[in-house]
Parts: sequence; C-alpha cells; structure tokens
Amino acid sequence: MKNIRNFCVIAHIDHGKSTLSDRLLEYTNAVSSRNLQAQTLDNMDLERERGITIKSHAIQMSYAHPSGEIYTLNMIDTPGHVDFSYEVSRSIAACEGALLLIDATQGIQAQTISNLYLAIEHDLEIIPVLNKIDMESAMIDEVADQVIGLIGCKREEILMASGKTGEGVMDILEAIVQRIPAPKGDPDAPLQALIFDSIFNPFRGVIANIRLLNGTLRKGDKVRFFHNNPDKVYEADEVGILQMDFLPRQELSAGNVGYIISGIKASKEIKVGDTVTHVHNPCAEGVKGFEDVKPMVFAGIFPIDNDDFEDLRDSLEKLQLNDASLIFEPETSAALGFGFRCGFLGMLHLEIIQERLSREFNQDVITTVPNVSYFAETKKGERLTIRTPADLPDATVLDFVEEPYIQAQVITKPEYIGTIMTLCMEKRGILTKQHYLTEERVELTFEMPLAEIVFDFYDRLKSISRGYASFDYYPIDYRQSDLVKMDIRLNNEPVDALSALVHRSKAESFGRKICKKLKDLLPRQQFVIAIQAAIGAKIIARETISALRKDVTAKCYGGDITRKRKLLEKQKEGKKKMRQIGSVEVPQKAFLDVLKLD
Amino acid sequence: MPGIYLHIPFCKQACHYCNFHFSTSLRHKPTMLEAMLQEIRLRRDYLQGATLDSIYFGGGTPSLLSTAELMRFFDTIFHYFAVAPDAEITLEANPDDLTVDKIAALRQTPVNRLSIGIQSFAEVDLQWMNRAHRADEAQICIENALAAGFDNLTVDLIYGAPTMPDAQWIANIQKVLDYGIPHVSCYALTVEPETALAHFVKTGKTRPVDEEQAARQFEILVQMLQTHGYEHYEISNFALPGRYARHNSSYWSGEAYLGIGPSAHSFDGGLVRRWNVAHNAHYWQYMATTPEALSQLQGTLFEQEVLSPAQRYNEYVMTALRTMWGVQADHLWRMHEAFAAHFEQKVQPFIRAGQVQHFDQTYTLTAAGKLLADFIAAELFFEN
Repeated sequence: MKNIRNFCVIAHIDHGKSTLSDRLLEYTNAVSSRNLQAQTLDNMDLERERGITIKSHAIQMSYAHPSGEIYTLNMIDTPGHVDFSYEVSRSIAACEGALLLIDATQGIQAQTISNLYLAIEHDLEIIPVLNKIDMESAMIDEVADQVIGLIGCKREEILMASGKTGEGVMDILEAIVQRIPAPKGDPDAPLQALIFDSIFNPFRGVIANIRLLNGTLRKGDKVRFFHNNPDKVYEADEVGILQMDFLPRQELSAGNVGYIISGIKASKEIKVGDTVTHVHNPCAEGVKGFEDVKPMVFAGIFPIDNDDFEDLRDSLEKLQLNDASLIFEPETSAALGFGFRCGFLGMLHLEIIQERLSREFNQDVITTVPNVSYFAETKKGERLTIRTPADLPDATVLDFVEEPYIQAQVITKPEYIGTIMTLCMEKRGILTKQHYLTEERVELTFEMPLAEIVFDFYDRLKSISRGYASFDYYPIDYRQSDLVKMDIRLNNEPVDALSALVHRSKAESFGRKICKKLKDLLPRQQFVIAIQAAIGAKIIARETISALRKDVTAKCYGGDITRKRKLLEKQKEGKKKMRQIGSVEVPQKAFLDVLKLD
Repeated sequence: MPGIYLHIPFCKQACHYCNFHFSTSLRHKPTMLEAMLQEIRLRRDYLQGATLDSIYFGGGTPSLLSTAELMRFFDTIFHYFAVAPDAEITLEANPDDLTVDKIAALRQTPVNRLSIGIQSFAEVDLQWMNRAHRADEAQICIENALAAGFDNLTVDLIYGAPTMPDAQWIANIQKVLDYGIPHVSCYALTVEPETALAHFVKTGKTRPVDEEQAARQFEILVQMLQTHGYEHYEISNFALPGRYARHNSSYWSGEAYLGIGPSAHSFDGGLVRRWNVAHNAHYWQYMATTPEALSQLQGTLFEQEVLSPAQRYNEYVMTALRTMWGVQADHLWRMHEAFAAHFEQKVQPFIRAGQVQHFDQTYTLTAAGKLLADFIAAELFFEN
C-alpha cells in the first residue's frame, strides 16, 4: 500500500486536463502511443466534441521511479461541469491528492475554485500545476500569485508544465509520489469500498468503479450496498483494475482503485457515493457523504410524431441504463400528445440527453420549456411538489409557492463587475459577497433563484463579460415567491408546452420577449398567426405573423436544377420536424430556442 | 432537341445581387477561351451526335467577347457538332457593350438572337444594382439592335428592388411592349447569400426585399403582358405566341444540354447531371487533359449526380409546375404509379385552395398558385 498514490485532476474546461492526462499515461506507458487517440480519457463522442468530461473515469498507471521502486498511480478524472458536482465530490473522496491544473494563459476559474474547496474539505494534498506555459500568452507570475493567494502554498511548490510539449511531466510524476500520502487503511478490516462512478456496458451490465478504503474484495465474494437495496445480495463476478481495458484480478485490497462487475443490468441499481461491503462481516458504517442525487431541472420530452411514443420510451429506458441521474415519467400535453416529463441535473444534462437521443437513438424530440421543481401550499395546508406549470393549483386555492434558491459564484475581471451585477439583479439575485482573489480577479457571490439560471443566463453572462467570467452554483434553500403561470397561445390555441412559471414582476416583459422571439422562430404560413402571452384570461403581450404572400424563386440558376431541387427538398425535410398545434406548424427547434432571449 | 450552353465567366463590374460565377479581371480571358475550346473538343460526344437546336452564350458577360473570339467558338462548334439550320443562337449582351459597331459586327456572325440585360430603364435602379450601363443606353441599344435587323430579341427585367416604385415598374414593362420585343424574362430581386446585396441587407445599408411589393409587381407584370398577347409560359418567362426560348425551355423540358466553361451545368437528358468547378484557374488547369483522363476528374474538374427515381419525379414536378404546360398525369404514371398516386393525393388541398387547377389530366398553377410555386412544389415532393 505504501507504493499506491490516488489522485484526481481538478481543472476548468479547456485548461488542458485531457492532454496532460494523456501525457502522464504516455510517460508511464499505460497506453502505448499507438493506442493513444488524442484525449484518451474522454471517450464519449459528445464529450470529445464539447471538450468536457461528463462522466468520471479512472485509470491505473505503473510508474518506475528512478529509485527502483514501482509505484501504482490511480488517476481519477473528474467531470468538468457544475451539473455534475456531486460526482466530482465522490471522485475527490476516493483520493488522497489532487493536481490543481490551471491554464497559465487563463488563470483560475469559478468551477476550479469550487472543486478545489471540495478537495481541501476532504484534506487532499493539492499539487498546483500551471499548464500551457509554452504559450506566448502565458501569464506565469500573475497566475502563480492567484494560486498562492488561493491555497497559501509557496511559489516553488507550483509546478510548471505543458501537456503539449511534455515539459514538466516528469516533475509532476515525482511530486505525486513525494507529496501525496500513501493511502491508509486496513486490508484485514471489514470491506468498505466507495463507489465513485459507474459505467454501463451493453455486454457486461453495470461496472462500478470503486476505491477500497478498508478490507479486501475477492472474486466470487458475496457483497451488498450500504444505502441502495441494502438487503439485496450480489456476487462479485469479476473484480479488477482499470487500465485502458478492464484487467481482471483475483482480489483488490485496501488503498487501491478498481472495478467490480456483479451482474447488475440497470444503472439505477448502483448509486454513486454508495458503499460496497461484504454480506458477512460488513463494515460498521458507510463512507460519509452519500446523497441520492435529485434532478434540478424538469422538461417535457415529446416525440415529433405521436406514433413514436413507444420508441421514445424504449430509448429513454436504454439511456437510463447508463445514466441513472435521468428520471422520467409519462406526461400528456394538450398540444403535443403523449410524452415524458424528465428530470435532469441541470441544463447541460438536458442538452446532453436530447443530443444523445438524437445521435444514439435517432430520436428527434421536442423539449418543452424547462422548469425547476417548486413547492406549492394550498389554503388547506397541503404541500405539493410542482414539476410542470400545469400542476400549479388554481389561484383560488393556492396559498403560496416556494422556489429553489442557489448560491452562485462568479469569478471575473474587475471591469465587468458592474454589468454582471446588473445581470444578476435583473435575475432577482442578491449580492452577498465581493472578494478580490488578486487585483485582476474578483469573486462575486450571489443568492438567486435557480429558475433564473435556466432561462438564458450562461449565454448572457458570457457575452457581457466577453468570456471573462466563470460561473458555479449550488442549491441552498427554498423561498416563497410571487409566481404566476404564463401561457402562450397560437391562434387562440394554448400551447401548454410553452407555459412557464414566472415571477409576477417580470411576467409582462418576459411575455413580450417570448412573443417576439416566437415571431422570429415560426415560419410564415398561408394564413395570419396571432401569438399571445396570457396570465389566466388576461392577454399581456401579442405579436402577429403575416401570411405567406410569395414563395417562388425566379431563376433556375442557369440550368442548375440540382441546387434548386435540393433547396426545396431541404425545405420539405425541415417541415417534417414541425409539430402541428391547432392550425399552426411549429418547428422542433422553436421550443428550445424560444428561451434564448436577449 | 439538345443544345450547348457556354459560360463566359467575365464581367466589367459586379452587380450587387449577382451570385453567378464570374471574374472582373479580364487578364486571363485568352487562357479561358482556349480551355473552353478544349472542353468542346473533349466533350464532343456528350450529346451523342444529336443535332443542336440551340447555342447559348451566357455568363458573366458574353458581349465582352470580340467577334474574332466568337468566331473561334463557332468554328469549333460547327466542326464537331451538327447544328440545325434554324437553330436558336443567343448571345447575352449588356447595353453598354452594344454599340452600333458591335451590333453590326454581331450581325456578321451566326448569332441570331440577343438577350439584353436591361433590368430597368431607370437610372436610380441601375445605380442601386451596380449595373455597368446607364438608363439611356438601355433604350438606345434596343433601338439599334432592332434597326440592325435583330428582331429576335429578349430582355431581362428585375422587379422588387427597393428603389423601384410600381409606377416605374409599369413604365419598364410598357417600354418592352412599345418596342414589340417578342420575349421577356422577368426576375424578382432575390438576396442570394455571399453577394454584396446580402451584405448590405445584413448591415442595414439597404432594405430587405419587400415581399408584398414583389408579389404586387409580379401581379402587375402578369396582368400587363397577358393583356398584350404574351403567353406566361413559365414563371419568369413571357413570349408572344410561338416565340418561346428554346434554350430556357430545355431546362424544364428534360432536354439534354452540354454546358461548357467554369460552373456550367450539363444534363444528359436521362439520369445524370454534372457541373464544372466554379473556379477559373482550376478550370483551365484541369482542362489541359485528354479525353481518356477526363472522366478521372470527377470531384475536381466537375461533379455529377445520378438521379434517383424520386429525384427525377421531384425535378419534374418542380420544373413542370412552373410552366403553362403543367404536370401531365400520364407522365407521372410512366415514371411510377406510386408517384402518380402521391401527386394526386398531395395536390388536392391546393386544388381546393384555388392554387392548382387541373383540366384533362394536366395540372397547372393558377395565378394565386404561381406566387407560391416553390412552397407547393416542395409539398408535392416525394421523400425516400
């Protein structure tokens, strides 16, 4: 055990985590360079495209130290987005140390700080690394000051590296061995293993990634989980370590990181953060910090064609096999027919699910206006959970509504403080703290309603700060709010999929913006379309789309029949992705784009 | 009968709305002409020995060719192809090029039809479009062409420009009527991507095309020309009885045509469409090849498309619906009964709405339908 080191990498998106990880793998020969596809650890197509890690991954390296000792290094990759912060906390709990990787051209970002605080809370040894030092725009001294200010380390403790050139990689390996403590734990104690991730494999079922804190796990052992279905007995069909492939072993013991396969077919049977122990001689308590992750954002997902409802159910079930945080239940919409109300960890998670439905299952869906989960209390004192605007009780029986609040952190340059405060206040936020990390970097803390993040917050933050603001949040509590249900009507036909709960003070301007946006998004048709926003029977905004007057191109482009045919074929293809609501055809895209308001 | 189209990719200056392929530098004109002559030689078998019914010089600005250059084209074409004695031989010309001398010289060539890019008789429109000619030149060149004996004339007009009130549009049409020009092509101003006009619209320098104005001016056009005996034989084309353009007609009648020059399109009359690279230098570089190696240049010199049955059906519906001859039910049946059934089902709502009429198994657009020809065609398309 004294030659094991478990560490994770804390980094902001694009700070070079994947590239540097690849280097570590290369230098320890865990991956032969032939197999080294750029950015090995991010292996979902979508992850590679977006440059973020959605799931955590783990990999074991063998490092031959100049002293002759062989060290086992377990590197645990952490998800890079706020939607997945619980998974991050579990990855951190599986480690003794963390590489704090910072892009020397960018400096510290909000996401990095909140993950860093998590790591410090778990007493991890932090090794700060400035990456991309080979770049001309690297601000080494300034960023080093930020790091010192943040974790109070000495300047010489900060490592300099470049994932691109490989510079400094050996120093990092040396620091991992020297500075990160070896794991503690007793291989002879009762088994206590933390599940920090799970992977779905269509052939093997669910594979749980585990960190053994105490005890020894052997192939064939009878095991159970501490929190989820604690009475159910599983058999360890296979245990092993994670390299580029799964390498089966006869046993894993305290301090090490590996995997267990136990014939589980659905991801939801395994909860990240749960503890694996033996059925006989179990450990006395589970690993601290387990939470049943609750979805934060809800939206309806409907097939474009009602006949595809069963296919959609099938696809969602398959998605849930490897994404336990997705929840769904059937829902009926007057406008869209049969579909599902789905719960997501956040907006990115929602987009990922939508995209995976399209890519992996060829399901083009309509997503309704997302909302957060509210509590409503009736005058009789009943407390109801509201996951869709349609659930909101009638104003005559409703006593009050509570909505979730978050604490939001924004890190930015001082020159953007004003515009960011204006934005956050417009989003009903309250500034609670303003803290200068360095002269050039300020951290703003707000309390604000989660619902305000759902509607077009990131994009605006990004644009008003020209990209120099990073953002992170976590939920704090529920607070009473004066919320009303706003409906959208197309030619007098209410479109429940576009209904939203909004704060009364903002209903009118919100309604106006939505109507205006819809006017841009809806194609003109052969008749006039009236778009209205209403609260109850009261119309608060209206736009009109005039009838299509002329749709004919004059030229055949000098014999280029092909081009014209393709244009019309594309036009027709686009219509397939439309949904008829009353007399009006609404493009699939309109349902999500309607929220991108300026 | 089939025809040849020659794309002359040079212009004096760029009209703001134009997205055709051309260069405003004339430096490489000789190189280009040699390459095009070479293409004629290389592809002499494309039309399988058929007699040519039409030769058409388009562009670009073919009136930039000297008489000598034109004659080299004719020598080569007449050498390799049989040309019908009454073939329609058209040259697109800009008013500023059509001097008295130029017209006289053209009379000595086989050219028997001029297609003049008038666009408008009003100075303000011409400037807004960045045309090379002035309003007076537009009139003078027609008068001189007629005087020189070019009675087979067609003119292009553009409507819907923000600078053009209805009164000017009516005056433009009236000029054409007064001159008794037998054929007119009228195009609605379209904002094509990657043109100066698209940029001006995007940056707010000019108003976008007013659809209401374009629709109204189209209606004025149809009304005026039909009253004076012109047949509205295709959405954008009008002719006195029998004076339909043979060249244009090949585009919608499924006739074969051989396109020579960069960006030119060819159709073998059956299933294969192909088009040359829209790049002058690439074109002449690739054209230095042998007949045997020519087919190897697919993807570089040219691209081609083999039409599926559904694509053939879609093209037929799209083009035939634009003409006064309409979509023929028996033609659909010959293609496939599934297409005929599809069409007959999908066309019903448009018949009820008064946008399509049918008479004796022929489906044509009504006046109201002509304004929505693309929309209707797309609705009638067959999807694989």
